[in-house]
Amino acid sequence: MYKLEVQDLHKRYGSHEVLKGVSLAAKAGDVISIIGSSGSGKSTFLRCINMLEQPYGGKILLNNEELKLVPSKDGALKAADPKQLQRMRSRLAMVFQHFNLWSHMSALENVIEAPVHVLGMAKKEALEKAEHYLNKVGVAHRKDAYPAHMSGGEQQRVAIARALAMEPEVMLFDEPTSALDPELVGEVLKVMQDLAQEGRTMVVVTHEMGFAREVSNQLVFLHKGVVEERGDPREVLVNPQSERLQQFLSGSLK
Amino acid sequence: MIFDYNVIIDSLPLYFGGVLVTIKLLLISLALGLAMAIPLGLMRVSKAVWLNFPAWLYTYVIRGTPMLVQLFLIYYGLAQFESVRESALWPYLSNATFCACLAFAINTSAYTAEILAGSLKATPHGEIEAAKAMGMSRFKLYKRILLPSALRRALPQYSNEVIMMLHTTSLASIVTLIDITGAARTVSSQYYLPFEAFITAGVFYLCLTFILVRLFKRAELRWLAYMAPRKS
Repeated sequence: MYKLEVQDLHKRYGSHEVLKGVSLAAKAGDVISIIGSSGSGKSTFLRCINMLEQPYGGKILLNNEELKLVPSKDGALKAADPKQLQRMRSRLAMVFQHFNLWSHMSALENVIEAPVHVLGMAKKEALEKAEHYLNKVGVAHRKDAYPAHMSGGEQQRVAIARALAMEPEVMLFDEPTSALDPELVGEVLKVMQDLAQEGRTMVVVTHEMGFAREVSNQLVFLHKGVVEERGDPREVLVNPQSERLQQFLSGSLK
Repeated sequence: MIFDYNVIIDSLPLYFGGVLVTIKLLLISLALGLAMAIPLGLMRVSKAVWLNFPAWLYTYVIRGTPMLVQLFLIYYGLAQFESVRESALWPYLSNATFCACLAFAINTSAYTAEILAGSLKATPHGEIEAAKAMGMSRFKLYKRILLPSALRRALPQYSNEVIMMLHTTSLASIVTLIDITGAARTVSSQYYLPFEAFITAGVFYLCLTFILVRLFKRAELRWLAYMAPRKS
């Protein structure tokens, strides 16, 4: 049984088609890396999974429960039942490129916000969980700091703790290290690697080839809205079959 | 020129009464105005035309006409109609304090609604996406993320609005109320000492402004700490 299944996802902006039928299936514990050059549609694909972008066609299933979609006036699909969408979103935590922490809340408040106000967890329990997860990502000492007073790496680790505190089925990472200074990338990747080793199900859009190769067990290479190549990252990255992927990899070091 | 202290000292009880009236007018109109401004501000940022347009029209008309004209319309203008004089609201609408508070509240609500709308629009888009991605409903999104952060960011501008309102309450003296300015007008006409009378009123307004500025400074330290430079 798949934890997360995305079938034949289509997306366009006006007449420009950015996703031309992309599918993905993640079993429990899978870590799927999605790579591709900018404009390939990889971030759009990830954002369609929790409906931050509206796809034009396709199916999204979480734990075999299909998200009911209906066409809106402009043809894009929207959730038929907002309650169902909210419930599914709360089980699909997302980590963003630009962290997107709530700036008026301290790190700790950021982490307890959704467990208390979306899941309805008691505040005391949420605080204990928050301390645990902040500790786990190594920013417990910054729990009372506001986002603007933290480094990018710290902010992203708080954002990961915020996602973890929801105890989600699947975690979505949208280029989580792309906005970080090179020396801060490592601390975030290390946290993600630990999460993968714990057996968490993760879908990661990334430019970090090292992470894709070493940590993920599935690799998807997107090009112009279609999956050019997919498979075991160690095989695909070492021995790319398609010309596109060969070109893409020769452009990036290792 | 000799400044006549004695007259002022003798009139101090009148001025203190005026200070209380000014504070009462200010607090009532600010409370009512803010209560009206929050829904209006939310309407102003709505994409739905039937919500946005009425709020836009309201703030446009109120901000486009002078406060004094609005006050005259409510206090003198409405009394012209027999149906108003015979209505159940007449005991209120013939009361100067009620009319002044109503006019001030309407006025400040329009300005505050625009301040709030601007602040809401300036919410970083990523923070809204994060809230949605966590599964928040629209209601929760507004209640937990948008309004708390917008109200905080509106504080510096709102403190300006409050000080403007303090000064605007002086118009109440025109509709017979004895606020600080009303007290000064009384003293001025009793003793023919306009300079002494109004300079004293000015000093009282300065003191009140000073207190308001200090209060808002403290509020900003508390609620806007997240925007301040990091403490070393």
